[in-house]
Amino acid sequence: MPEPAVLAPAVAAPVVVGSDLVVKRGGHVVLDGLTFTIGGGQVTGLLGPSGCGKTTLLRTLVGVQVITAGSVTLLGLPAGHPVLRARVGYATQEQAVYTDLTLRENLRYFGTVLGLRGAALTGAVAKTIAALDLTGLDKRLVGTFSGGQLARAGLAVALLGEPRVLMLDEPTVGLDPVLRRDLWGLFHRIAADGAAVLVSSHVMDEAARCDHLLFMRDGRFLAQASPAEMLRQTGATDLEDAFLRLARAPVAPGDGQTAGDGPMAGDGPMAGGPVAGGTA
Amino acid sequence: MTLAITARSGEAAGRRGTPLFTPALTAATARRVLAQLRHDPRTVVMMLAVPSVLMILLRYVLDRPLALDRLAPEYIGVFPFVIMFIVTAITTQRERARGTLERLMAMPLGRLDLLAGYALAFGFVACVQVTVVLVISLTWLGVTLPGSAVPLAVVAVLDAVLGMALGLFASAFARTEFQAVQFMPAFVLPQALLCGLVVARADMTPVLRWLSDVLPLSYAVDAMQRISASPSWTAAITADVLVILAFTAAALVGGALTLRRRTR
Repeated sequence: MPEPAVLAPAVAAPVVVGSDLVVKRGGHVVLDGLTFTIGGGQVTGLLGPSGCGKTTLLRTLVGVQVITAGSVTLLGLPAGHPVLRARVGYATQEQAVYTDLTLRENLRYFGTVLGLRGAALTGAVAKTIAALDLTGLDKRLVGTFSGGQLARAGLAVALLGEPRVLMLDEPTVGLDPVLRRDLWGLFHRIAADGAAVLVSSHVMDEAARCDHLLFMRDGRFLAQASPAEMLRQTGATDLEDAFLRLARAPVAPGDGQTAGDGPMAGDGPMAGGPVAGGTA
Repeated sequence: MTLAITARSGEAAGRRGTPLFTPALTAATARRVLAQLRHDPRTVVMMLAVPSVLMILLRYVLDRPLALDRLAPEYIGVFPFVIMFIVTAITTQRERARGTLERLMAMPLGRLDLLAGYALAFGFVACVQVTVVLVISLTWLGVTLPGSAVPLAVVAVLDAVLGMALGLFASAFARTEFQAVQFMPAFVLPQALLCGLVVARADMTPVLRWLSDVLPLSYAVDAMQRISASPSWTAAITADVLVILAFTAAALVGGALTLRRRTR
């Protein structure tokens, strides 16, 4: 991938902009001053270990989590703004569909809530079922679905309204490799239509499938860059190694959180690297 | 992917926030709840049959026609109330636990759309439930009323809807389905003891009487007692019905307030 193509969209068309975002839950800091941008037309991977704050960040972007300090905007509006409710798609780890309804009944209901009616609703339901390879299952109760089918049913609801921002929380966990590859293909097709797609994962081999990466640990970003840039900056052989090197590097307070084009760590292996974003 | 976003979700609606209530979305929610019931025939059978089975039991436990004529209307008001309370409390708690509520709250659905959708769907079920128990009581069980059965049916349905509204409200305070089940004895049994079913409200000590006065089921039972004692509709019945409606509306609004779009 040519570098400008990777780096430019995030800067040129920031769809999601976070600034010094802090979220506390139950007196505990979960998100510790995040500053970032997420571009349209690309798939951004939110990578980090379980419990590092990925889900809380996604919930904050969707607008269902109260922000303690800082700000986040999507499409120029603050997270949770009513206009965004029909433009932001969100798939949680628990599928959040009605297991006692058929797939079609689920999709028709959520589609109606999103404002689709008549032919537009029928068309969107058919298109989503086809896109997720759920054809033939539309009249079956979702409660009878296999794990993989259930995961796709949850994704289907998130895709229904053709969201401009799509947030998927660990969408491929536990899925068969073929299905996983197909879903990543789908995410890239959705991004190619202009949407900002944010996919969280704790599995590092998924990082290479993303156009842009946010490496997260303990509620802070270790680095933000394209996979190629991430490897170049850290001198690592693979992204897992890159993550480990970044995690080892001491991060000065207020540093390593900046939206920039490359990974940033105050000192350590990357000191003297070509990119020095700083907090300015 | 280039489907048009329809007017409802457009800027005009958004500037003022998502409307609390949109008829099309309320209707869609009611249809969705009824579709869920349709896929669960066992629950439907229980909802429709249990009040009737309890009435039949009451008939043979009492085994005195005069006592049955007096007590049957009160129980016709209470059984559907209790069943609707528990069914609704659990259904909405499940909606919270499975994440569908959070999903809906992140979508352009009004909070009253959800509650009114449930109210319409379960209100319809309550009508069928009350019709079944009334028909069985008035024919097979030989219950006789001084006047028409219509006031009894109307108030019984209102009682069932009241139970549903209180169940919706109560479910907000249940973290798990296990807790929601316990609300049955916690919310409903005290009301059943104080509503005049067991001991006449006039015979209670003042403190209990005051408690009884602020509990909704007291008015449900009072209305049924008046209907079974009078051949025609009276102003006192109207007053009871207004109190029942006020409690129902308050519980629905209270329920809407407990639906949070954001959590801390």
